[in-house]
Amino acid sequence: MKHSPPWLLLGLAALALAAFPLLGQAFYVELLAKVMIFAIFAMSLQLLAGVAGLVSLGHAAWFGIAAYTLVLMAPKYHPANLWITLPAAVLAAAAAAFVVGLLVLRTRGIYFIMVTLAFAQMFYFVFHDTGLGGGSDGVYLNFKPEARIAGHLLFDLGNSTHFFYVSLGAMAAVFLLLAAIRRSPFGHALDGMRANEQRMRALGFPVMRYQLAAFTLAGGLAGLAGYLAACQFGFVNPELLAWHESGNVLLMVILGGLGQLHGAILGAFAFALLQEGFASVTRHWQLPMGVVIVALVLFLPGGLASIAARLRRPRS
Amino acid sequence: MTEPALVASGLTRRFGGLVANDNVSITLEHGRVHALLGPNGAGKSTLINLLSGDLAPSAGSIRLGTREIAGLGAAQRSRLGLGRSYQKTNIFGSFTVHENCRLAAQARRQRPWRIFANAIADRATNDIADAALETTGLRSQHARLAATLSHGEQRQLEIAMVLATGARVLLLDEPLAGMGAQESARMVELLRRLAPAHAILLVEHDMDAVFAVADEITVMVEGRVLETGSPESIRASAAVREAYLGTEAEN
Repeated sequence: MKHSPPWLLLGLAALALAAFPLLGQAFYVELLAKVMIFAIFAMSLQLLAGVAGLVSLGHAAWFGIAAYTLVLMAPKYHPANLWITLPAAVLAAAAAAFVVGLLVLRTRGIYFIMVTLAFAQMFYFVFHDTGLGGGSDGVYLNFKPEARIAGHLLFDLGNSTHFFYVSLGAMAAVFLLLAAIRRSPFGHALDGMRANEQRMRALGFPVMRYQLAAFTLAGGLAGLAGYLAACQFGFVNPELLAWHESGNVLLMVILGGLGQLHGAILGAFAFALLQEGFASVTRHWQLPMGVVIVALVLFLPGGLASIAARLRRPRS
Repeated sequence: MTEPALVASGLTRRFGGLVANDNVSITLEHGRVHALLGPNGAGKSTLINLLSGDLAPSAGSIRLGTREIAGLGAAQRSRLGLGRSYQKTNIFGSFTVHENCRLAAQARRQRPWRIFANAIADRATNDIADAALETTGLRSQHARLAATLSHGEQRQLEIAMVLATGARVLLLDEPLAGMGAQESARMVELLRRLAPAHAILLVEHDMDAVFAVADEITVMVEGRVLETGSPESIRASAAVREAYLGTEAEN
C-alpha cells in the first residue's frame, strides 16, 4: 500500500501559510491559527478512523479534557508554565483515552460509534453538571501559558502572530509524526487490521493492543489540539466536549478524505472556511453548509485529497 | 524428534445444544501430513478453529510441542509457530501480493514501537516474504494486487502467508477448494514439498489428493473421531466405508 502524501504541494502550502502573517490581516491570522488547531484535531481522528478503521463519535472528549486540564492547572494570578501544563494536558487526554479504549475496543462498527459517543457524553456531563470546571458556564484562563527557557520567554502566546507560528509548527510536527507512523511497521499493521482484523490475528498480531495504542495516541494528539484551543480562546466550557464537536471533526475527516493524512488538514480548512464564508453572508449558514457537504460526499467520495491524487495520476 | 508437534486431547466444543466437537483427540507429527476427512458438518472446520484459537474449546487440552496452548488466543498461538489457512480465501485483497506476505513476515518480529522505521525497507522481513513467494511459485506476481489474482493463485498466496509467519505446524482448511485439475496438481506438489519441514493437518474433500499426500488419516463423523490410521487401513475400514465413503457412493 502506498500512502505517500503530495510532499511538494504540502511544502508549498506550508510556505504560503508561513508567509501569511506578513500580510498583516490580524483577523485572518487568528482564524487560520484556529483552523490549524482543528487540523491537528482532525489528523488525530484520521489516525483512528482512516488508518485504524475505528470510527469514533466521541473524539471531542480528549480535546476537551486537555483544554480543561490546562485551565484547571493554571494559577489564578500569574501565567502557567507551558513545559508543565502542555505535557500534563496531553497525558491526561491520552490516559483518559487509554482507559476508555480498554472498554470500547471490545466493540466494532455501529456499536463502537455508539459507545464512544456515550463515553464522550459522560465526560461532557462531568464538566456540565459538577462544580469541577465551573459547570455549564465554564472557566476563564486568565493568563496564557508561558514558555520560558532559562528565564527567557521563547514566544508569547498572547501575541497572535506568535500563536499562529506555534500552531503551524504543531500542525507540521503532528503531520510528520503521523506520516512516519503510516510508513512504520505499526502503521502497516493498522492498515492490515482495518482491512481484515481476523486475518491479522491469525498471522500473530495482538490486534487489541495495536488498536489501544492507536486510540491512546489519537487521544493524546486531540489533547494537543484542545490545549492550543484553550490557549487561543482563553476560555473553556462543556461544549468543547459535546457530541456535535465530535461530529464536526468527523465531518472534516470525511470531507478531506478518509485514510489520507493531508485530507484531514484539507477537510479542516474547507470546513472552517466554508463556515466562515456562509456565516458572513447569512445567519442560516448551516443550510448552505449542509448542501455543500452532501454534494461533496456525493460527487467526491474520496474527499478533497482525492482531487490531488486525480491530478497527479496522469503524469505517473 | 520423536516428540509430536501437536497433541490435542479430549477437545469438546458445544454451540448451545449442538456438540460440534465431542471428545476429539488428534496428534500431528513433524514431517508428516495428517489428513482429516468427514462429510459436511462432521466438525472438521470447528476442529481447525479450536486448534488455531479462533474458537475456545468447551473442554480439552492442546499441546504444541511441550507447551499447553488451549488457553491462549489465536495471535499468541500463531507466534508460537501454529499457522492456519482458511476454507474461504482470506487475504488482503487491496494490498499487493508482496505486502500480504510482508505483513505475515512482520508478525514474527513486530517491534511496533519503532515508529520511525520504514516498514517496507526492512531487509529481513522482505527476505522472508520473498522466500515464501518463491516456495509457492508467486514470486513473479509480487507486485499485483491480491484481489486480481486467479482463484488458484489466491489459494497459493494463502499458504505463502502462513509460511511467511514461520509456522512449523500448518492447519490447512481445504486448500484445494474450487481448484481446477492443473492447479490441484500444483498444490499437491507444494504440499509434498512442505511436508518434510512441517507438521501438516490437511482438511480436504478431494480424495485423490488426500490419498496422494497423506501419511495418516483421521475420519470424523458427527463431531466425533470415527477412526485414525494409515491410508491403507482407512481405505479398508468397513466402518469408514459405511459412515462416509458409502454414503458418497450411493449418491
